[in-house]
Amino acid sequence: MAFLVRCPNCGDRGVYEFRFGGEVVRRPSTSEAAPVWMKYFYARRNAAGNQREWWYHSLGCRRWLLAERDTTTNEILSTGWPGEVQA
Amino acid sequence: MMVFRKNRMWGKHPLRDAYDVVIVGAGVHGLSTAYYLGQMGISNVAVLDKGYLGGGASARSTAIIRSNYLTAEAIPFFRESHKLYQGLASELSFNLLFDEMGRLDIGHSESSVYWLRLRAEFNQLLGVDSRIIGPAEIKKLAPQIDLREGKTLPIMAALYHPPAGVVRHDAVVWGLARGADRAGVEIHPFTEVTGITRRNGRVTGVETPAGRVSAGMVVSATAGWTSTVTAMAGLDVPIVTFPLQACVTEPVKPFVHITISSADLHVYVYQTDRGELVIGGPVDPYSTYSQRSTLDMLQELAASTLELLPALRDIKIMRQWAGLCDMTPDYAPIMGQVDGLDGFILNCGWGTWGFKAAPASGRTTAELIATGRTPDLIRPFALSRFDDNALVNERAAAIAAAIH
Ligand SMILES: Cc1cc2nc3c(=O)[nH]c(=O)nc-3n(C[C@H](O)[C@H](O)[C@H](O)COP(=O)(O)OP(=O)(O)OC[C@H]3O[C@@H](n4cnc5c(N)ncnc54)[C@H](O)[C@@H]3O)c2cc1C
Ligand SMILES: [Zn+2]
Repeated sequence: MAFLVRCPNCGDRGVYEFRFGGEVVRRPSTSEAAPVWMKYFYARRNAAGNQREWWYHSLGCRRWLLAERDTTTNEILSTGWPGEVQA
Repeated sequence: MMVFRKNRMWGKHPLRDAYDVVIVGAGVHGLSTAYYLGQMGISNVAVLDKGYLGGGASARSTAIIRSNYLTAEAIPFFRESHKLYQGLASELSFNLLFDEMGRLDIGHSESSVYWLRLRAEFNQLLGVDSRIIGPAEIKKLAPQIDLREGKTLPIMAALYHPPAGVVRHDAVVWGLARGADRAGVEIHPFTEVTGITRRNGRVTGVETPAGRVSAGMVVSATAGWTSTVTAMAGLDVPIVTFPLQACVTEPVKPFVHITISSADLHVYVYQTDRGELVIGGPVDPYSTYSQRSTLDMLQELAASTLELLPALRDIKIMRQWAGLCDMTPDYAPIMGQVDGLDGFILNCGWGTWGFKAAPASGRTTAELIATGRTPDLIRPFALSRFDDNALVNERAAAIAAAIH
């Protein structure tokens, strides 16, 4: 089964048109202490199941999008633009 | 007359409700830890795996053994593991089919050659047999390599590491399991860990569908599944799970007798005793827990292999597969006691390079359990390095080296 990502602009495209940007991680505020920032840099949930993540349509419209994917099957459950869907 | 094997390699046991040590994961790292615990006289131990023995990355590994790493932390560790592998077959009294065929890391650009040179210098300083050679010597070692000039990626030099080789991955799994079993360790395949119980900052055991098992210590050796296990203990770790794919061709007559790796081409290849060429490459460009192989990667592997060995242009691929790899930000493993959760020990972060590390990781993890002291060899690889921002920079080596 092909692994397709639905770009909100370009439609369903093969995953090789995209660059994977990793799971969505909340950036701490600048007033947070170093240990909080270390967690932000390195620690990941790396969920086996639904994951919110970033993708960049590098061989298409060259925009960053947000997706929800089941990481056990690579099924993309939903996609949207940052700001329009919840990160 | 048919002859059947009378003795099983390891016994079956009912799962008890308490052990001194529970090891989660029966790949090479979990089994090696169990084996060395047994050798140290600690045998009230259970190894639990949700699947069959070695069914994770260990069964899917291309099983290259080498010690030509980059950093002052990693080289001594992998050198020790390499040494243990050299004696492991006789120690286990089990043929691991270790073929010390040697290894070439090819440099196709000034910048790759710079990193290869740096590795050679560090290797020599730390007692690892590795040196830079030019095209003439490459030609002698692997006459089939395409050394013609004027290619986009010409072959400029190589890092030659004579003691590198390949072992039979299944044999390592079986040999360690048998050795652990003989020392009294219990091995429980098809027993999934579904929870980790804790009290007052200590682990107290694990939960399984067959019931709760209490344990003085719990070791997670679950590679690509590590994050799912640490999550049971309330912990997010610096690991992302990426699949690594490999494939093998139909068998042909002896053709190359050395492992060849090219970071610029993202490919490595060697020929097995059966004549098949084993080909591997980089991890897939996205994280996933799916172990499906893809046509995209097969095309990449094939194209890159032909750049190095054009004589293979008509050869057929027989099989292709994927395994899960627990990638860390610095391409170095995570070993040792987890701060703030007594009795919880990690043996993970093995990424695409962990097969060769199993003897040393198992022995040092067993030593930590037996003595309560972290052996110096693994001190730099503690999980806490990510809180202290004290990473081990094997990632730099990865830029110029395929990382298997
Ligand atoms: C294609 C490929 C090629 C490779 N080539 C090389 C190479 O040439 N050289 C090299 O050094 N390394 C190589 N590697 C990497 C190496 O194979 C791995 O780092 C190593 O096998 C990891 O061993 P492990 O014991 O840590 O994990 P695994 O072998 O993955 O074992 C982990 C086990 O944990 C079990 N598990 C997971 N979750 C649970 C749970 N909740 N309860 C119970 N059990 C659980 C799994 O079933 C699995 O059996 C390669 C990997 C791949 C995929
Ligand atoms: Zn697009």
